Amino acid sequence: MDSSYLFDPEHWDPGAAGSIPQLLLSHLGYSALALLFGTLIALPVGLFIGHTGRGSFLAINAGNAGRSLPTLGLLMLMVTLLGLGLTPVLIALTVLVIPPVLTSTYAGMRSLDASVVDAARGMGMRPSQVLLRVEFPMALPVLMGGFRSAALQVIATATVAAAVGLGGLGRLLIDGLALNDYSRVLAGAVVVAALAIVLDLLLGLIQRSIVSPGLTGRAVRTRRAAPAP
Amino acid sequence: MIDYLQRNQELVLEALGEHVVLALLPVLIGIVVSLPLGYLGVRFPRLYQPMVNVCGILYSIPSLALFVILPVVIGTKVLSPVNIVVALSIYTVALLARTVADGLRSVDRTLTDAATAMGYRRIRRLFGVELPLALPVVLAGLRVATVSNISLVSVGALIGVGGLGALFTRGFQLFYAEPIIVGVLLSVLLAGIADLLIVLVQRALTPWARLSAGRV
Repeated sequence: MDSSYLFDPEHWDPGAAGSIPQLLLSHLGYSALALLFGTLIALPVGLFIGHTGRGSFLAINAGNAGRSLPTLGLLMLMVTLLGLGLTPVLIALTVLVIPPVLTSTYAGMRSLDASVVDAARGMGMRPSQVLLRVEFPMALPVLMGGFRSAALQVIATATVAAAVGLGGLGRLLIDGLALNDYSRVLAGAVVVAALAIVLDLLLGLIQRSIVSPGLTGRAVRTRRAAPAP
Repeated sequence: MIDYLQRNQELVLEALGEHVVLALLPVLIGIVVSLPLGYLGVRFPRLYQPMVNVCGILYSIPSLALFVILPVVIGTKVLSPVNIVVALSIYTVALLARTVADGLRSVDRTLTDAATAMGYRRIRRLFGVELPLALPVVLAGLRVATVSNISLVSVGALIGVGGLGALFTRGFQLFYAEPIIVGVLLSVLLAGIADLLIVLVQRALTPWARLSAGRV
């Protein structure tokens, strides 16, 4: 195993152009932008469909349709149609974020007990309050699942996007393959894999901290821990 | 587009054939490996959580990275189709092992108890009662794995073996959208057909699901 590229301190100098920290940063930047745009589009639509029940066919099938889209084909098609540059790639990445977020938002809203929503209404909550204070927080666990898979999808596709000229960690893989420099390829692959694994674990932790303890059963567990009368 | 298809029929068909093999061989390998793994996760509950964690980590590795790391691990050449097959098998197992375990755990305890009382021993009960009842969950996982395998194969084009992905790289190099559109459509169509086939298999294998739905 040739790890000379990965462990060469020169490639870790944050000031040098094309160093691993710089590529990592730009990789995260593109991914974050696509996640932001995709979520800004998909989340409201998912909440609307989940709340009203209108257009559920779209929400149910979006996830499957998105999964069947070949990412490389989508990227290359966008670039061929719109020209080289950041915009077509960002559009492709955003398109990939929408289906999992949309479907999971909808699924999360559908997964909650209708009697809970009725109770919220019965307590006099306005529709917007029911949505934001009951339905959304209760849909969060499922929604976060979709967001996590969207994040992984974007990290993976941003890597592939180096083939159509995007910066980021994929550069090491694509340039390494082109130069027949396997040490560089391996360095890129290891860092990308580590990034994806760490990001997924991190999002898992965030999910645990933002989901209401009443939903995860943690609150119940602590109550049970108290001595029974 | 029709025009492109007619002029390049042979090329497209060859890419399509390669795509099917590269996507579905891993599905078969994945089923064979994950059934015993998932069973172990249920038979020995202590193994369940570690298994889920390892599967989650493997599943989160980006495909291109896995394709090029594998040569170091299994000693293949960097541009070998074996890397694609093994990588997609790993994703399939990572997804299915957990699904099999969850499916088996979802089987109603009273049903397995009833089978035991009727004299079913462990192995016969597994194949005759538990596995069939777990099928809807397992097949739902299989659908996800199959569809994502079909879309992932084309990433392999970046290391020289990618079925329909070859049409993407070719179109991109010529800056010509037709082959890319043909490739995307065929890939999506293939995924749709595979998905439909699994749904039909599920219907055929779980006739009781429709019967009870009809009664209600």
